Amino acid sequence: MSAPRTVPVTGWGRTAPTAARLIRPRSYEEAVAAVRQCGVRGGIARGLGRAYGDAAQNAGGAVLDMTGLDRIHAIDADDGTVLCDAGVSLHRLTEVLLPLGWFVPVAPGTRQVTVGGAVGADIHGRNHRVSGSFSRHVLSFELLTADGGIHNVTRGTPLFDATCGGMGLTGVILTVTLRLQPVQTSLMSVDTERAGDLDDLMARLTATDHRYRYSVAWIDLLARGAALGRAVLTRGDHATLDALPEGTHTRRHPLALRVSRLPAPPPVLPEGLLTRRTVGWFNELWYRKAPRARTGELQRISAFFHPLDRVPHWNRVYGRGGLVPYQFVVGEGREDTLRRIVGRIAQRRCPSFPAVLKRFGEGDPGWLSFPVPGWTLALDVPAGLPGLGRFLDELDEEVATAGGRVYLARDSRLRPDLLAAMYPRLDEFRQLRAQLDPRGVFVSDLARRLAL
Amino acid sequence: MKDAFGLPQSLLVLGGTSRIALATARRLVARRTRTVWLAGRPSPALDRAAGELRALGADVRTVDFDALDADSHETALGKVFAEGDIDMVLLAFGVLGDQAHDEREPSAAVRVAQTNYTGAVAAGLVSAQALQAQGHGSLVVLSSVAGERARRGDFIYGSSKAGLDAFAQGLGDALHGTGVHVTVVRPGPVRAGTAAGGRRTPWECTPEEVAAAIELGLRRRAETVWVPGALRVVMSVLRHVPRGMFRRLPLLL
Ligand SMILES: Cc1cc2nc3c(=O)[nH]c(=O)nc-3n(C[C@H](O)[C@H](O)[C@H](O)COP(=O)(O)OP(=O)(O)OC[C@H]3O[C@@H](n4cnc5c(N)ncnc54)[C@H](O)[C@@H]3O)c2cc1C
Ligand SMILES: NC(=O)c1ccc[n+]([C@@H]2O[C@H](COP(=O)([O-])OP(=O)(O)OC[C@H]3O[C@@H](n4cnc5c(N)ncnc54)[C@H](OP(=O)(O)O)[C@@H]3O)[C@@H](O)[C@H]2O)c1
Repeated sequence: MSAPRTVPVTGWGRTAPTAARLIRPRSYEEAVAAVRQCGVRGGIARGLGRAYGDAAQNAGGAVLDMTGLDRIHAIDADDGTVLCDAGVSLHRLTEVLLPLGWFVPVAPGTRQVTVGGAVGADIHGRNHRVSGSFSRHVLSFELLTADGGIHNVTRGTPLFDATCGGMGLTGVILTVTLRLQPVQTSLMSVDTERAGDLDDLMARLTATDHRYRYSVAWIDLLARGAALGRAVLTRGDHATLDALPEGTHTRRHPLALRVSRLPAPPPVLPEGLLTRRTVGWFNELWYRKAPRARTGELQRISAFFHPLDRVPHWNRVYGRGGLVPYQFVVGEGREDTLRRIVGRIAQRRCPSFPAVLKRFGEGDPGWLSFPVPGWTLALDVPAGLPGLGRFLDELDEEVATAGGRVYLARDSRLRPDLLAAMYPRLDEFRQLRAQLDPRGVFVSDLARRLAL
Repeated sequence: MKDAFGLPQSLLVLGGTSRIALATARRLVARRTRTVWLAGRPSPALDRAAGELRALGADVRTVDFDALDADSHETALGKVFAEGDIDMVLLAFGVLGDQAHDEREPSAAVRVAQTNYTGAVAAGLVSAQALQAQGHGSLVVLSSVAGERARRGDFIYGSSKAGLDAFAQGLGDALHGTGVHVTVVRPGPVRAGTAAGGRRTPWECTPEEVAAAIELGLRRRAETVWVPGALRVVMSVLRHVPRGMFRRLPLLL
């Protein structure tokens, strides 16, 4: 185990840094020792730090960097299951599994998240309507709890449901057994279309989403008036082998993972790059560049799921002040709330790159799991935008009134007293934690801020 | 914990009746602050201040604190930190003194220095240590534009603020990378209830304006906050005015 260093830690949004002892266990024994010795300010597991807010930081305490535990132990290539350490990234899993004809069951907007982080936040992808969230595909995991014991946790138990979406607060996940998604090729067959406004977009999503496994809409939140909510829809499925043209290199190597990378922005950029004007231009160009309608286009997995992964450290363009994410879900039948919120954001002229709109299907049992059937919108805004804090508080009110909720992995500013309304099983979660971890060994800045 | 905008949930005010501090507390209570500690010398004014903030919905407690009794700071503030994390400490106590009188009575001048400087050194270090142990927090120090360059009219006060200012800057550097952030606030003359029209100088500001500047400074994790902001430029010019000329400048600030 490397000697712990006290370092400032933030999430992907780079706001609210706090200092913690960073410990990187290289074995389960080291992880157990780290938990036993984490001291009065406790500890929290951290994966690749892709949660935007303060979920994987712990001021004055220990942060367990789990990326040192990154072995893939067993793959059942017939059955499509894998047993791996929680520190393995979805990128690594994809690299290893794709050539065997398997894909991760849920792919978030970046491959740079760990399996532990995927369980901790019970992440969702563009296939939520069809496949649910990450935990639906988790068969079991091993959890290191506050007493230093390691438990095998299986589906249908309270500990399973508290841990999936539990933001690392029930313990440290050491290994996960996961069911995979079979694929014939590493390409996606993608239909792209433009929607002229929000109603058009919602109509298209409602009418034809059932035809696709994966579906996402990118909304230009700077467009106003008749163009309010204009969007580009990209929907598709894994391409079958037949769909690849005969005799090509791709056809001969249908399962190769292809990624491309651009250089990262420099660590220090001038402030105020992202203004209404610059982002507005970007969005305009992006919208115009998108085809009005195109079907069956073959895209790489990386291009379809993870366009942002092409630019490492893209969060730097938000400057020193960092970025504030906002993601909420409101139920079916609450389209009026969604419309009103999109309208308010557009009216407020938040310099936001195209925001992501998705539809969720049935939720999963995780007590603090985010998805519920309905509409979810995710956007990023520069933290320095004047009045942003109050504005987002107002949106929270709308969301809460409509029975919706915000996503904890993308929160860095929610008012704590709204949480219980958004997550009705919060009390059970607190009770289980009080029993399982009476001394409060597992704690994070998020847990302190929201009294989780 | 502070949120993404640097807004604290818990606040400790050193100098619990300070007008600037109370304007700041009111502003922060309207956002995320739920717990407020007012540290100060026991007085009806301190209780009134607590009552006023309570009426805004905060959980307010007072604690005995005398800047001049440096040896007691560790115990007094230790009690506060033992009750839970403090996201922000606002070091607001200070006395202006009476320049003409204090020049004649050195022991009075020493009290100004002891309150504003040595008292702040002790309380600043005690707070910094506690914040560092919790791995996060802001220490906001109310310095003054008067500390930028000593002037004939208030150099006793000015020199104490100069010392405080230098101390706070150094402390900020010492705490860099520890999760604790120090912000030095340099207001011009602060008068309550001065509408823009009724100001004697363009640099005059209200406690509410200082409070707003502090909130902005928290969001930006600023190291220095001037109020009004234009003072940054004005003072960088005045700093370089030759002594002979500076002596003859009217006491504008
Ligand atoms: C560009 C981008 C796109 C994204 N797109 C999506 C998306 O489409 N859908 C979605 O759901 N999310 C998305 N996210 C959010 C991201 O998937 C989650 O925040 C995820 O939890 C990050 O995983 P991580 O390994 O980086 O974990 P961290 O950010 O390090 O930690 C996240 C949480 O998981 C816990 N955790 C991590 N490892 C363990 C462990 N071993 N045991 C117990 N708890 C652990 C931490 O304590 C913390 O609470 C996106 C993030 C980015 C930056
Ligand atoms: N007002 C201005 O024009 C101006 C301009 C620039 C900077 N500042 C600085 O900003 C800070 C706050 O200013 P303000 O106008 O809000 O001040 P204020 O209203 O005059 O309050 C001063 C505070 O200091 C406290 N104090 C004085 N001596 C103390 C001691 N020995 N122990 C504990 N507390 C003591 C007072 O407490 P009691 O109630 O017990 O006396 C009071 O709470 C001061 O440091 C000041 O120097 C002020």
